[in-house]
Amino acid sequence: MQAELIEIRNHLTQHSPFDEMPDEFLDRIVSSIEIAYFRAGTDILKLDEPNTNLHYVRSGAVEIYRRSGELYNRITEGEIFGQFGLLMNKSVRFPAKALEDSLIYLIPDEVFQYLWENDESFTDFVETENHSRLRSALSRREKSNQPMTARVTRLISREPVMAPNTVRLQEAARIMTDRGVSALLLMDENGDKPTLSGIITDRDLRTRALCEALPSETPISDIMTEELITTRTSAFIFEAMLTMLHNNVHHLPVMEGDTVRGVIALSDIVKHESQSSLYLVSNIYHQQDVKGLRRLSKEVPNTFVRMVREDANSHMIGSAMAGIGRTFSQRLLELGEEKLGPPPVPYCFMALGSMARDEQLVVTDQDNAMVLDDRFDPEQHDEYFLALAKFVSDGLAECGYSYCTGDIMATNQKWRQPLKVWKKYFADWIENPKAEALLNSNIFFDLDGIHGRIEYTEELKTFIAEKASNSQRFLAMLARNALNRTPPLGFFRTFVMEESGRQAKTFNLKRRGTAPVSDLIRVHALACGSRAQNTFNRLKAIGQTKLIPEDGVDNLRDAFEFIAIVRIRHQALSIEAGREPDNNVRPEDLSPFERSHLKDAFQVVSQAQKFLKFRYNPQATRNV
Amino acid sequence: MSDGKAALIDTLSWPEQYRELATQTKDPRLKTFYEAGCVAPETPLSEVPFVAVDFETTGLDPDRHSIVSIGVVPFTLDRVQLSGSRHWLVKPQLPLHQTSVTIHGITHTDVDKAPDLADVLDEFLESLAGRVPVVHYRNIERPFLNMALKWRIGEEIRFPVMDTMAIEAYLHPNRKPSWWQRLRGQRPISIRLADSRLRYGLPHYPPHNAVVDALASAELLMAQVQHHFSPETPIRDLWL
Repeated sequence: MQAELIEIRNHLTQHSPFDEMPDEFLDRIVSSIEIAYFRAGTDILKLDEPNTNLHYVRSGAVEIYRRSGELYNRITEGEIFGQFGLLMNKSVRFPAKALEDSLIYLIPDEVFQYLWENDESFTDFVETENHSRLRSALSRREKSNQPMTARVTRLISREPVMAPNTVRLQEAARIMTDRGVSALLLMDENGDKPTLSGIITDRDLRTRALCEALPSETPISDIMTEELITTRTSAFIFEAMLTMLHNNVHHLPVMEGDTVRGVIALSDIVKHESQSSLYLVSNIYHQQDVKGLRRLSKEVPNTFVRMVREDANSHMIGSAMAGIGRTFSQRLLELGEEKLGPPPVPYCFMALGSMARDEQLVVTDQDNAMVLDDRFDPEQHDEYFLALAKFVSDGLAECGYSYCTGDIMATNQKWRQPLKVWKKYFADWIENPKAEALLNSNIFFDLDGIHGRIEYTEELKTFIAEKASNSQRFLAMLARNALNRTPPLGFFRTFVMEESGRQAKTFNLKRRGTAPVSDLIRVHALACGSRAQNTFNRLKAIGQTKLIPEDGVDNLRDAFEFIAIVRIRHQALSIEAGREPDNNVRPEDLSPFERSHLKDAFQVVSQAQKFLKFRYNPQATRNV
Repeated sequence: MSDGKAALIDTLSWPEQYRELATQTKDPRLKTFYEAGCVAPETPLSEVPFVAVDFETTGLDPDRHSIVSIGVVPFTLDRVQLSGSRHWLVKPQLPLHQTSVTIHGITHTDVDKAPDLADVLDEFLESLAGRVPVVHYRNIERPFLNMALKWRIGEEIRFPVMDTMAIEAYLHPNRKPSWWQRLRGQRPISIRLADSRLRYGLPHYPPHNAVVDALASAELLMAQVQHHFSPETPIRDLWL
């Protein structure tokens, strides 16, 4: 091959999709290439004019526009353009202009068509829209990620150890000792076949039998746990882990239909996963004071980093971190109640925002509130709840969950109110929506009860779900607010590129990435009356209603996962390097893989925002 | 050709010279070349078929050194047609110099098997026919070719050239900084091929392969015209 062709070929093979191409295809390309030069500012492709070449940027930079004249992309050395026109009607669909002096390689249509028919990876690259490229990138990642996607059945190493629920206490203890298990399943044998009716664990024997000095002949059914928390054989290990986290139990019977297949213990999971988020959580429960909790909180960033290293997905990490935060709050509330005495009226402690959504990371402040029983009398009771709120809030701050700058904390009297007042708040937000006020109350629409009368929060969730779906003005206003933060257009060399063409050195992956997605998904979720809080769960609920097109749901899920995981990795890298983790990212810190797929993800988000605008017509609310 | 005739022919335009020379030459290959004609002096650059030409030689003096390789790349102002590019290794009449081997990487083994220039002359002239040659530094290609032809067929060859280095020299008349500018750290402007290309945002190519260098000067001319001239500029303003 001639030298100039080798030179061109070498350049091509450093860039996708040419890097994986067989030699014979590359030969065909390089021998057919023509070269053109465009001075900065000149048009390369004009809208609707004929185009019969795939364009490859050899040097310089090119701007690609939409039909509307809006900037679509800015590309540089090694990237291609002009393929959309070739796939459609051989006329220009996205006009292109030289941003800098550019040398362009032109690959003629007949070679393009030949590659398109004969080279699958080339076809995938040029034909697939950005979001499908994102999908395959994510699935490649998940494939390499076996341990986190293993099923609980992998942890079942023996037949379940069972006994009739009619056995006596001492007999039960003897069976457990003989068989070497820390939990015994108790079966009801009255029906056609035995059914699971309860469980007893080592801890139960200690706390419920020995401490109470029960006689050894006590029927086991008197002290066994009957409201069983179980998991299914189809569950992932991480799901089982979350169930344990959420309910603070250490044993889970694994069910297949109504048959027990085995029992998994916390220690099984720990052994299997070498994950310490569960250790951390169970340790939190054992701390006797704020000092102990504070000491333990130093472990949180390490747990986070470990999960990232083990390639957990954003849902697993977000849930585990939220679970840890929730446990800190719960333990602080228990310690507070020990110190201040039992609450004068029942209450529920609510987590708001990312903790409620199960999307917490390491850099986070506390957002919480209290829902009090309607019998609450400020004169009599508020002193107690203020003291409790303060104890928890200060404790959380000690543990690294900094005070909320917007004062959305139970220490603020406004957010420490009886259920009826909370309902009035939500009714007012939904029925008399004001954009400004909603901007600040957005966070209350992600809520989760974590301590006390959880049912108060559940009642609020139902209240919101019913009211919100019927208020078009509220949804329009919420949609309008959700459009305040937009993703960047993409990256260009070491810059972040904005739609206006402006360039910046850094950008905030939360404000410009994950937050716009969770904001817009919240609007759809409320519109379809969903009670879900987590963004992925909300998407599932939205998907069932056909509110947005099906592939729209999948694309948003992929985009959210990708942006979230990049943000998570970025924070993990900072922690490992001994820096304060934050959400600000410089394009040069991103790998080429992250850059190109983030760009795809941003385009999905941008499309979704356009759809939101169209669907809820937020403009109409301007003059209200 | 006598000196009188040469002086006379200088007064003719290039197309006229080609017609005249076609009748005078005794070599059929040269005859074919001249008969392909030459564009009129007023032809706008955008309509001129060009061919970038580069020789690698054993040295810089046509009297003492010879050609070892030839590269040609046909193009027009808006497209380089890579498929038409050609490259020939030829056996130098004089021995290869060790220093030149290190420059262009062509070794004794390479040239031992290579044909004599006379054997590729028809192919080479064919690729030049009807096109205006483009070189970077005209004092290499024309003199070396003339010397080679004189040796082999006893004739010289005449054609106009576009010299991308001469264009750079014209664009940067004061490229040697004054003592005052030197004092302030100003560096002389280089009009060498690689340095000139940088000014137009053209990529770096490894130098000293005849066809890559030819491609490099083809791209350079495209850039020069877009930046400093116009597609309508008549060729007579730029050819030499």
